[in-house]
Amino acid sequence: MQILVNDKHHDVTAANLAALLDELGYDVTARIATAVDGCFVAAGRRATHSLHDGARVEILAPMQGG
Amino acid sequence: MTLFYGTELASRLMLGTAQYPSPEILSDAVRRAGAGVVTVSLRREAAGSRAGQAFWTLIRELDVPVLPNTAGCHTVREAVTTAQMAREVFGTDWIKLEVIGESDTLQPDMFALVEAARILTEDGFRVFPYMTEDLVGAERLLRAGCEVLMPWGAPIGSGKGLNNLFGLRALRAHFPDVPMVVDAGIGVPSHAAQAMELGYDAVLINTAVAKAGNPAEMARAFAMAVEAGRMAYIADPMEERDMAVPSTPVIGQAVL
Repeated sequence: MQILVNDKHHDVTAANLAALLDELGYDVTARIATAVDGCFVAAGRRATHSLHDGARVEILAPMQGG
Repeated sequence: MTLFYGTELASRLMLGTAQYPSPEILSDAVRRAGAGVVTVSLRREAAGSRAGQAFWTLIRELDVPVLPNTAGCHTVREAVTTAQMAREVFGTDWIKLEVIGESDTLQPDMFALVEAARILTEDGFRVFPYMTEDLVGAERLLRAGCEVLMPWGAPIGSGKGLNNLFGLRALRAHFPDVPMVVDAGIGVPSHAAQAMELGYDAVLINTAVAKAGNPAEMARAFAMAVEAGRMAYIADPMEERDMAVPSTPVIGQAVL
């Protein structure tokens, strides 16, 4: 199915958010936060958060800020 | 002693971490500032990138409390989701809440800010709202659960100093017991000293340090200005007068 990850299209087989991170090669032990369709998904809920075709996923990490 | 949500900071100078020439210069500036807090943010990370983790490692080594922001958010929903993501990543319920309403000045949208502050406070966040110096807006933010206010001095990154001295003085006077931080627009240490002389509890600086020719030296200069301004406020400055008053006594002066 087609998933939009950080505004880029990906054709993936992952059915849930945790599987998606794994399939895309993210280090899940790193400090990242996730949101799907504009809503925050806590790390502990990624494995049970099912994805749908066309889902918009955001994966964020720390960076400099003012 | 000023408490920010029950916490006393080691310094009244809060420092942003963006726009420095290198990570080493950022670290040096934070140390020379003796910063009480550093602000941080979140951005998209590609798979395999270690940029976010490298930055986080650097920040942890500095051993300074972090204040994540919601920079770049223009709606309540964006700001709330970003705050929730920041809480998980940075492990703090403190959030510098920015909801921008106008792109040229990066002026806060006070209506959206109040709504987002209410939602986040109910969700357990400790909100530091980036706001204009609007008195009514301040009242609404306090009613929404904020226990700290962060009025702007001038538009972010402009370096213009305290644009509305009257407004900032009025805000300070209306809410004497609320911890307040002047955030944004400060360009040189004298601006920071002026904010502290008005009775503000802290200042937040980023661009003025990061974009200085020597950021670490400028960080130190800001630290000194913040301390001087605070001491001056506590020492109770004299009142301004419109006319001259001789400082040398006139009694006993010779008539020649």
